[in-house]
Amino acid sequence: MELVQAFQGLLQSGLGGLWGGYVFTVIKTLILIICIVLPLLLSVAYLTLWERKFIGWMQIRLGPNRVGPLGLLQPIADAIKALVKELIIPAGSNKFLFVVAPAMALAPALAAWAVVPFGPGVVLADVNAGILYLMAMTSLGVYGVIIAGWASNSKYAFLGSMRSAAQIVAYEIAMGFALVCVLMVSHSLNLSEIVNGQAKGYFAEQGINILSWNWLPLFPMVLVYFISGVAETNRSPFDVVEGESEIVAGHMIEYSGMAFATFFMAEYANMILISTLTAIMFFGGWAAPVEMAPFTMIPPFLWLFIKMFFIVTIILWLRATFPRYRYDQIMRLGWKVFIPLTIVWLVLIGAWMQTPWNIWK
Amino acid sequence: MINFEMAVFYLFAAILVFAAVRVITARNPVHSALFLVLSFFTAAGIWMLLRAEFLAIALVLVYVGAVMVLFLFVVMMLDINLDRLKEGFWSYLPLGATIAFLVVVEMVLVLGGRYFGLQALPAPADPGANYSNTRELGLLLYTDYVYPFELAAVVLLVAIIAAIALTMRKRKDTKYQNPSQQVAVKRGDRVRMVSMPSDKGG
Repeated sequence: MELVQAFQGLLQSGLGGLWGGYVFTVIKTLILIICIVLPLLLSVAYLTLWERKFIGWMQIRLGPNRVGPLGLLQPIADAIKALVKELIIPAGSNKFLFVVAPAMALAPALAAWAVVPFGPGVVLADVNAGILYLMAMTSLGVYGVIIAGWASNSKYAFLGSMRSAAQIVAYEIAMGFALVCVLMVSHSLNLSEIVNGQAKGYFAEQGINILSWNWLPLFPMVLVYFISGVAETNRSPFDVVEGESEIVAGHMIEYSGMAFATFFMAEYANMILISTLTAIMFFGGWAAPVEMAPFTMIPPFLWLFIKMFFIVTIILWLRATFPRYRYDQIMRLGWKVFIPLTIVWLVLIGAWMQTPWNIWK
Repeated sequence: MINFEMAVFYLFAAILVFAAVRVITARNPVHSALFLVLSFFTAAGIWMLLRAEFLAIALVLVYVGAVMVLFLFVVMMLDINLDRLKEGFWSYLPLGATIAFLVVVEMVLVLGGRYFGLQALPAPADPGANYSNTRELGLLLYTDYVYPFELAAVVLLVAIIAAIALTMRKRKDTKYQNPSQQVAVKRGDRVRMVSMPSDKGG
């Protein structure tokens, strides 16, 4: 702490009071961003390994086990391989957009973490409109996909990106309505207050927090949010964007080397983000499920990590279990099932909150 | 002395003006659409500086996240022939110039009026850290302005229904599947077990 203050003093004396303060704020924020993004990227790398191992076990295989003990160095080897490969820019493609597209896919997935609370008060930007910011950021991810598909100058890539755009726009609406239910019962758009709001009620007073979290009173919304999240991240069984069997590999087919790997990083970062958000909105965020000795000893950020890990593993489990949806069935599920269901549920929750049995006072 | 907020404002304003100019000067329509996205985004940044965080995020969410995606979608699929588009340039020029002149005159009249300008509208006081833009806006929209707000919603609904009604056409030869029938199908509906004697003859 003293070191930080000394640094602030040094900047302010060197650059003048006003500008020194600004520079200090910028540098401090940058350091905090690195503190969030580095573990996140490490998680992304190891999520790929966990996926291969986990699905391997499910299918009675071993998964990667050659590089390092238990295959633990496999993601590092993959990263080095991707980095040294040649970046091929196809003829007739739009060079600038072709190179920018992977970054545009990854950036929103990282930017959304600015408002995610890791514990009581542990958040980079404790903004009032947290949910809105998250929805805005997650809706930007589609640009990377669309631009990649168009700039590649390839029919397969373009078909993949068109599928993705329609799918993401459709499921965003259901996701938004599910979040509106959450914000109605928590009276706030701020993520920390949403987490705190779930620690109230009859069951929380009995010490059984897990029963007063949002997943129980808002039950169908959890499923709608989670399934829409899987569809938004273009994960199996909604991965018609890649659709190996009909359009080879979707929007990233013309990419090679690190640019190709960046799309995968974006996909996995989005998976982690959606899982964390499901944990925050519906499963009490950083809170322990039961107010008892072994559970309360685990620190808050670890609880969030454990919940995130469980949910992300369910996404992998889905991939190992279900065949791919047909495209028209995806659209039907989004527009004709989820959106009407969420609107009806919104009215139901609103009516419930007006009755004497309102549990969210 | 220029402070940090002003520096950020001028940076954003410069990007916004550049992007807006490129929207109409870019040769490729996809580039134009992407520059429009950039200008929406920077406009949202400027609104954020004005502490209108709800409007800023709503702009990104609605226009950048949804409208422009569909826009881009359509523009990418168009086969645009630039020579064909340029054919009518000179014949449309007088009409376009007249409209542009009218718009400029209107803008000068509005912005040059004594009700506008920095003196007439002083910068709003800093409302403090716990001020929630969203809550204030919601309170205002659902109390004082509830009728205009509901009216706008109904107009939008009518527009949606009209758009769907205009584009919907029932084709007789479409192949249609009923998902609930597909799910409820029994084995007996699809497969018929036939017991056949095995071929004994040589």
